[in-house]
Amino acid sequence: MKDYEEYFRTNRLPHIWCPGCGNGIVMKSIAKAIAKLDLDQDKTVIVSGIGCSSRASGYMDFDTLHTAHGRAIPFATGVKLANPELNVIVITGDGDCTAIGGNHFIHGARRNIDLTVVLFNNNIYGMTGGQASPLTPTSKKATTAPYGVVDRPFDPCQLAQAAGATYIARGTAFHAAQLPDLIAKGIQNKGFSLIEAITPCPISYGRRNKLGDSPAMLKLMSESAVPLTAYGKLAPEQQEGKFPIGVLHESHFGEYSKEYSHVIERAEGGQK
Amino acid sequence: MSQPKLMQGNEACALGALAAGVRFFGGYPITPSTEIAEQLAEQLPKVGGTFIQMEDEIASMAVILGASLAGKKVLTATSGPGFSLKQELIGYAAIAEIPCVIANVQRVGPSTGQPTSPAQGDVMQARWGTHGDHPMIALSPWTVRESFDVAVKAVNYAERFRTPVIILLDEVVGHMREKVVLPADNEIEIYSRRQPTKSREEGYQPFTPEADLVPNPADFGTGYRIHVTGLVHDDTGFPSGSPKITEQCIKRLHEKIDCVKDEITHYDEFFMEDAEIAVVTYGGTARTAYAAVEEARAQGKKVGMIRLMTIWPFADKVIKQAAAKCKALLVPEMNYGQLVMEIERAAAGQTKVVSMPKYNTEIFTPNEISGAIDQLLSEVAK
Amino acid sequence: MKQLRLSGSGGQGLITAGIILAEAAIAEGKEAVQSQSYGPEARGGASKAEVIIDDKFIYHPKVVNPGVVLAMTQQAVDKYSADLAEGGLLIIDTDLVPNPPQGKKIISVPITKLSTEKLGRELFANIIALGLLVKITGVVSLDTIKAAVANRVPPHTVDKNMEALLIGYQAI
Repeated sequence: MKDYEEYFRTNRLPHIWCPGCGNGIVMKSIAKAIAKLDLDQDKTVIVSGIGCSSRASGYMDFDTLHTAHGRAIPFATGVKLANPELNVIVITGDGDCTAIGGNHFIHGARRNIDLTVVLFNNNIYGMTGGQASPLTPTSKKATTAPYGVVDRPFDPCQLAQAAGATYIARGTAFHAAQLPDLIAKGIQNKGFSLIEAITPCPISYGRRNKLGDSPAMLKLMSESAVPLTAYGKLAPEQQEGKFPIGVLHESHFGEYSKEYSHVIERAEGGQK
Repeated sequence: MSQPKLMQGNEACALGALAAGVRFFGGYPITPSTEIAEQLAEQLPKVGGTFIQMEDEIASMAVILGASLAGKKVLTATSGPGFSLKQELIGYAAIAEIPCVIANVQRVGPSTGQPTSPAQGDVMQARWGTHGDHPMIALSPWTVRESFDVAVKAVNYAERFRTPVIILLDEVVGHMREKVVLPADNEIEIYSRRQPTKSREEGYQPFTPEADLVPNPADFGTGYRIHVTGLVHDDTGFPSGSPKITEQCIKRLHEKIDCVKDEITHYDEFFMEDAEIAVVTYGGTARTAYAAVEEARAQGKKVGMIRLMTIWPFADKVIKQAAAKCKALLVPEMNYGQLVMEIERAAAGQTKVVSMPKYNTEIFTPNEISGAIDQLLSEVAK
Repeated sequence: MKQLRLSGSGGQGLITAGIILAEAAIAEGKEAVQSQSYGPEARGGASKAEVIIDDKFIYHPKVVNPGVVLAMTQQAVDKYSADLAEGGLLIIDTDLVPNPPQGKKIISVPITKLSTEKLGRELFANIIALGLLVKITGVVSLDTIKAAVANRVPPHTVDKNMEALLIGYQAI
């Protein structure tokens, strides 16, 4: 097993993220998951969209594809279908994945194509200075919601489940020991996997919402995140302000590129 | 050569792409281009290729770019509304130098317009539809057989210059059926995917241009571990904020096409030797124009015709030559007057350029063009 | 140059009939162009298929003044027969065109009725019409059109379609 550090383009560091940002923890968790599974470095592709988290692709020493805003999943779909032997990991943010890329997200899940989507959820558009995203909680403030967000956030895990994803997990930057395992399981799943990684953005989200500095935000995560089984045992009023972490959902369905290989077999054999 | 066959322009386009080595198609149904997708849904898996219907036009463009980076020759097909939606990622393909072909079967616009009716209204969008500066190659066939040939050329150019190439079909040529004899496989010239000429150890940089100003970024999965981005980047492929690098990057994108402009500018000249006036035309309209010009010649009228297959880059030279010797150029097109502006620019005041626009869903009739020819001949005779 | 227009409503199979006619012409070594225009309706509405047949390459791809117009509905007659060439022929479905236009050379045949009465279903009307067109125009031989029909229709329907073709061919 390689050391996870071998998976970074060290000449591209330091990264652009702010002090206290949790993106580095999530990126390291991806590298650790790859190390744990000992994936072939030359047969693993990282595809990202646009935003803070999507810059991670540039730091990781694989074939990497930094796409357009919201489009990481369809680009990744093309990579995977063109060469199904590649391991394809998607790095995306909450705005990238659930706003501008929302349609691609649900259709990727519906197809159950073998992509591992790591959604860096910092509840805000960080790179552009703190605009509201579809995962900004109701009444929280953003530069585009100075009086508080009016609408409801998505639960991306429930969204992915409803759309057909076959592996769904949630972790946080605080639970740094657990996150690599959750991602590794997602990579192992032959199908569409979502790992929502909740990560603090103290500069563009925490500050404006009086959540304190990064340690304070991480502490809040540690208090709000409850392992799934324990969460299930909580009374509804106890669940208020808390969220489940761990593997949230696993199911089985034919994987798209595998299913399409059967189409090729039938067509080559002259059948319909 | 194959046996003569009745074939639709869209079908010929799909088969041409297939013959040129396209093995991946991502698309979204849209009239009047859907036959291209339907044809490839059927044919691609027979040769081990992949067809996927995506959730929208943007995803269709994204999926072919991903597949191209993973080593496949790729095509998507669309019409006006979808072509508009694809523009951002066409720009992505231009700056990230990803080979890809977009077939746009034009219909009446703007917006939903007239979905089953012919137009040539996307000529300027094909050139200027994206934001920022990059060159564009767009080819417009006028026959069913040429839809096949243009598809082969488009795939070859996309691969050779690592750039998006647009097949600018129109509903007339895309939907009509005519007798066609397709070339045999060994008559078709194919340009294979460019490969790195150096190893990582030898200091390979994915975006260092070769002598033809085109770089050889390695296909994903081949051990080069390259980075591809839509940001302005240097030869390493990584983003750069430097004004100098930005200028170099944008300049080279243009120069790699500029330096082959003559080679990729395809056109036909008919009856031009002694032409007093000439009709400059392209796509489905050229068929009607030819019928009118041939008739005029039969009556002894000195009319010539230039038929452009390459719309972009624009055929300045041939238009300049025509402007120098003809007393007028007539430009019928199924739009409000688009390519006529380029023709005016190239003619640079040397001759009279007359726009003949039509945008009412009906194609030109030979009589309309004959009438315009006669009027123009009588005007220049004065 | 022969210019034919086959018109009716979506679902009557006239575009297919046009394609078959063009394929037959090509089989005889001629040049042929086929085109169509239709509205947003998959069924109903007015639709037309046009076929041009010539000995040399056909540039302008649409019919200008058709020598023959087949019209399988009243709406098709009203919309697509006005530009019939002088001395041109209008072929109509007797029952579906209650108000034939004045001053035109018309052949009226109960095409759809023949299909239902003799073959039990309406859907062979297009092939009956094709047989009729070939008989009237002589644009291709009966053998060629037979082969072209057999080539295009689903294998299990070939016999019925051959019957339909002959019904049309012998209708006048």
